[in-house]
Amino acid sequence: MIHQYKLGGVNIVLDVNSGAVHTVDDVAYDMIARFETEEKDALIDAVFNTYKDAGGVTKEDVAECWEEIAELKAAGKLFQPDTFRPMAGELKARTSGVVKALCLHVAHTCNLNCEYCFASQGKFHGERALMSFETGKAALDFLVAHSGSRRNLEVDFFGGEPLMNFGVVKELVAYARSIEKEAGKHFRFTLTTNGVLIDDDVIDFANRECANVVLSLDGRKEIHDHFRVDRNGKGSFDAIVPKFQKLVEKRGGKNYYMRGTFTHRNPDFLKDIETMLDLGFTELSMEPVVCAPEDPYALTQEDLPVILEQYEKLAELMIRRRKEGRPFTFYHYMIDLKGGPCIYKRISGCGSGTEYMAVTPWGDLYPCHQFVGEEQYKLGDVWHGVDNTAAQEEFAACNVYAREECADCWAKLYCSGGCAANAFHATGSVRGVYKYGCELFKKRMECAIMAEIEKQS
Amino acid sequence: MKHINTVETRNLCESAKNGGCGECQTSCQSACKTSCGIANQKCENAQKED
Repeated sequence: MIHQYKLGGVNIVLDVNSGAVHTVDDVAYDMIARFETEEKDALIDAVFNTYKDAGGVTKEDVAECWEEIAELKAAGKLFQPDTFRPMAGELKARTSGVVKALCLHVAHTCNLNCEYCFASQGKFHGERALMSFETGKAALDFLVAHSGSRRNLEVDFFGGEPLMNFGVVKELVAYARSIEKEAGKHFRFTLTTNGVLIDDDVIDFANRECANVVLSLDGRKEIHDHFRVDRNGKGSFDAIVPKFQKLVEKRGGKNYYMRGTFTHRNPDFLKDIETMLDLGFTELSMEPVVCAPEDPYALTQEDLPVILEQYEKLAELMIRRRKEGRPFTFYHYMIDLKGGPCIYKRISGCGSGTEYMAVTPWGDLYPCHQFVGEEQYKLGDVWHGVDNTAAQEEFAACNVYAREECADCWAKLYCSGGCAANAFHATGSVRGVYKYGCELFKKRMECAIMAEIEKQS
Repeated sequence: MKHINTVETRNLCESAKNGGCGECQTSCQSACKTSCGIANQKCENAQKED
């Protein structure tokens, strides 16, 4: 399977099953599109007739182009067949029972009252609660005990607002550091925060212990302050931006992400990206809102062409600023064509419900942070492990080949079947397809690959 | 006249030979927490396939 598109003045051809990426001229672009369905001489004649008046294109050129395509096909870099289906499920089967990442919900409460919060203002549709050290310790022990031969273990402090339970966060990190050497493990901690409680103590801790911090900022003040308000309805922009700037400066400008949400109010989110840049932030992530389709801020079909154009303009901005010596990164455009994930990872997906789980303040296990509160997907708890094997098997069976709708999609080995939570909330099934999300994803991939090609050229 | 330039990429068929170690980062933990970023992950084994 191949995918062809034109973007940024470049003709791009992706060979889906080999992972090969080609930039081609117009003759090759047209010829590749017809190569598998038309006979050689007829195709050469037809393409030559198209370009003979274009100046400089001879029939010999077109014939040489046909040979180039044939050589790439023989080398397995064009029209490579899909031989991966038998591997589907293999990675999960051979690592069955292995857990390597936890999202610790240390606080099911929040000091902001964001209307669009998928976690219902941090409560996850339940009671307000803080995780105790004992429960967190049991979660870390569960992770180590079930991590098999995995050395790198990941723990994200999440909420709600995790800094509302900062004392326990510090205790848990100290505990993990005390056991990691003997256990032969390395803990990689991350923190997701709205910034309200950031102070010098938090900054020192985060910059010493956290491999990455995710800082919630929606961009323009009027956009941010519309949703991200405190209990009195006051916007948080002015309070948090200086704190974020101080944290990032002390961090050396690395290993963080400013993470914004765009909604129906701001499908023109490039302006929010530009605001972040103006504030001095250069590691950026801007994500579509996750909510019910009937919510007033939900993205609409009318928003879609605007968003797709914004992604293209964002790629152009990234390229332009890189050339000007003022680079920035956008999370979804940070694709490494040479050092990206192996085929097993691409087939098997994110690992939610199998190698990645969320832990509630009460120690309950869920497939990921977006399933917390969905009782049918409660997997077990950190003291007794997974006992809802039926639910876990549903996630173990999630892979690229589990969704027949994806069989002919060029992006399947980039998205790995997509996000199970998005699918569940959009369709009611973890094996459903969230088609709106697919459109956004495909455009992001096209832009990311184009930007990477430009970087390498 | 060369019509096609092939960009350097990881060959997915080759990656089957030494892939699947599971040590790569869990994608959802990386940045966004709401939309998957597997394509953005890096693999320390990729260089062994050169």
